[in-house]
Amino acid sequence: MGPSGPYLEEEKTMLLEIKDLRVKAEDKEILKGLSLSVDAGQVHAIMGPNGSGKSTLARALSGHPGYEVTGGSVTYDGKDLLEMDPEVRACEGVFMAFQYPVEIPGINNSYFLRAAYNAVRKHRGEPELDPVAFMALAKAQAKNLQMDPSMLGRSVNEGFSGGEKKRNEIFQMAVLQPRLAILDETDSGLDIDALKIVADGVNALRSPERAIIVVTHYQRLLNYIVPDVVHVLSGGRIVRSGGKELALELEEKGYGWIEGELAGAQAR
Amino acid sequence: MTQVAERDETYAARFEAARRAGGAEPEAVRAARTGAFDRFLSRGFPTTRDEEWRFTSVAALAALTPASPAVAEPARADVEPFLLPTPGAHHVVVVNGRFAPALSSIDGLPAGVTVRSLRDAWTSGAGLDLDAPVPAPPGATVFVDLNTAFVEDGVWIEIAPKAVVTEPLQVLFLTTAPGAVHVTPWLGITAGERSQAFVVESYAGLTADASFTDAVTRIAVAAGARLEHVKLMRESTSVFHLASTFIRADRGAVCTSRAITLGGRVARNDIHAELAGEGAEVTLDGVYVADGESLVDTHTTIDHAQPHCPSHEVYKGILGGRARAVFNGKIIVRQDAQKTDAKQTNKALLLSDDAQINTKPQLEIFADDVKCTHGAAIGQLDEDQLFYLRARGVSVADARNMLIHAFAGDVLDRIGDAAVRDEALRLIDRKLRLA
Repeated sequence: MGPSGPYLEEEKTMLLEIKDLRVKAEDKEILKGLSLSVDAGQVHAIMGPNGSGKSTLARALSGHPGYEVTGGSVTYDGKDLLEMDPEVRACEGVFMAFQYPVEIPGINNSYFLRAAYNAVRKHRGEPELDPVAFMALAKAQAKNLQMDPSMLGRSVNEGFSGGEKKRNEIFQMAVLQPRLAILDETDSGLDIDALKIVADGVNALRSPERAIIVVTHYQRLLNYIVPDVVHVLSGGRIVRSGGKELALELEEKGYGWIEGELAGAQAR
Repeated sequence: MTQVAERDETYAARFEAARRAGGAEPEAVRAARTGAFDRFLSRGFPTTRDEEWRFTSVAALAALTPASPAVAEPARADVEPFLLPTPGAHHVVVVNGRFAPALSSIDGLPAGVTVRSLRDAWTSGAGLDLDAPVPAPPGATVFVDLNTAFVEDGVWIEIAPKAVVTEPLQVLFLTTAPGAVHVTPWLGITAGERSQAFVVESYAGLTADASFTDAVTRIAVAAGARLEHVKLMRESTSVFHLASTFIRADRGAVCTSRAITLGGRVARNDIHAELAGEGAEVTLDGVYVADGESLVDTHTTIDHAQPHCPSHEVYKGILGGRARAVFNGKIIVRQDAQKTDAKQTNKALLLSDDAQINTKPQLEIFADDVKCTHGAAIGQLDEDQLFYLRARGVSVADARNMLIHAFAGDVLDRIGDAAVRDEALRLIDRKLRLA
């Protein structure tokens, strides 16, 4: 069979494999044995009620020091992700769009992003990009996201509105071109126009080598970023997985539906 | 003999010896020295029982019996590392308290700039007073008296009225003498009416010995003049640096004085600025970096004597090791000083658990239509900011570096000359071992 035959289309590369992950935050176990596999080329949505552990999953994957992994494994691109420092994860192509992007007064947005961009290049053994070339690249991405170019010269997130901060996260993602993007409630605080722009930015990143995990409370974002798989997180575990229609069902019936079913199953 | 009596005898013996050996001096100068030395004997060194020295012990300095430094002529190559790298910049070098014309570049000074040595002026019979152009205000430290008593020489920079000097003029006070020496830098700056100038006052040493730098700077900014002054202190961490700066800003004058302090076992700056004319504006800024056992003390007094004067103060401290810092910011608003607008901020970044700072604003307001704000913030590097940078791929070291730069950045960015700004940044990085 030739290289362009159907065999290749069926071949899937697992990019991320989470097995029985247990995570504690502030001495409380939040993730209680979560397992999830994400193939390259896929978009997975993680939905769930407040407190189910969605953001804990995103933060644990990014290496946030406030989240302690007490069990399980995470394999990313064949490597042990949990062994890596946060900056190494980023350099290896893992990107988390923060739910609450941090303001850093005194650090210029484009200076910061160039430092990040060049750190990734250095990690890959590639030469650094000079400021002029980087600026051209950053400006082009800012334009795609309909971002005011003056935001590049401002301090990181300082004085940005909620929507501007989220857009800045997607802008950083667009510049850094990660292999695995994790969006932690990127839709919260966005009006419908901003939501579309952000979704366009995310969709532009979709490619056969990349995977995207969209953590969200609401189905709305998934109208624009159509997922391949939807997971429902409850009580620190994935309790149901399905196609994109699962998100619609959840929207219609509410999280109480799943939780009720689970309670019923346990009672039987 | 008690330690105090022993010390006083040593200083007295040096004082007598210097008077016998000293060159020609106007009678007024001799009288000023004698008066100052008597005041020193009666006041003694401050102790932590003095309110103004509560957190700053100079006991180790008081136990030192320093010698008068010998005359020295260091090689040009020894001096050059401490000069601003700007090609063609003018510099005045003072070695162990004595003006060193051979090492200075004062030929072809910009029009309107005059540099005089106190010693030369005294020898030629000109009556340059030690307390001109700005006399010590009440409450000045005993170290000012000690400076007056022992000062060997000094540098007086005059900017003629309406002269506009854009290039920074650097005055380097270099200590080359080995061992414990008492060096007495003296700098006077007069900016004539509606003149503009930029003066960099640098302190450095060729040895790492425990010496005593006892400095006085007097800055008079005449009506409508603009003066920017940067003090760059990079002596070793063994040095006791006790310095007073007196500033007077006349009507509509704008004076900015920034202190970049990177050394000293004890580095204390007492800065007194009087807004002596309506509409004068004074900015006192500083960045200090200390580690090990260093103590950096900044005592500022801004005296609003006239109405419609704004003043601004931003001090940023970066402290590691077991370093300590003291900040005391006094703002006086006199009864006539209506429409005063005074802002004061002191922030400190503690990079270790053992570093500490004592900070105190002190407002004395006698007018009723004024705005005075002050704020202090002490903290560590923000963990959320650090994580945010790391989560984008920036290494821990680079992320810390970026956050420390951001912390001090606003003060450094306001330095009005790129070469001076870069030099300050380079020295800060070196001190932080980032470069």
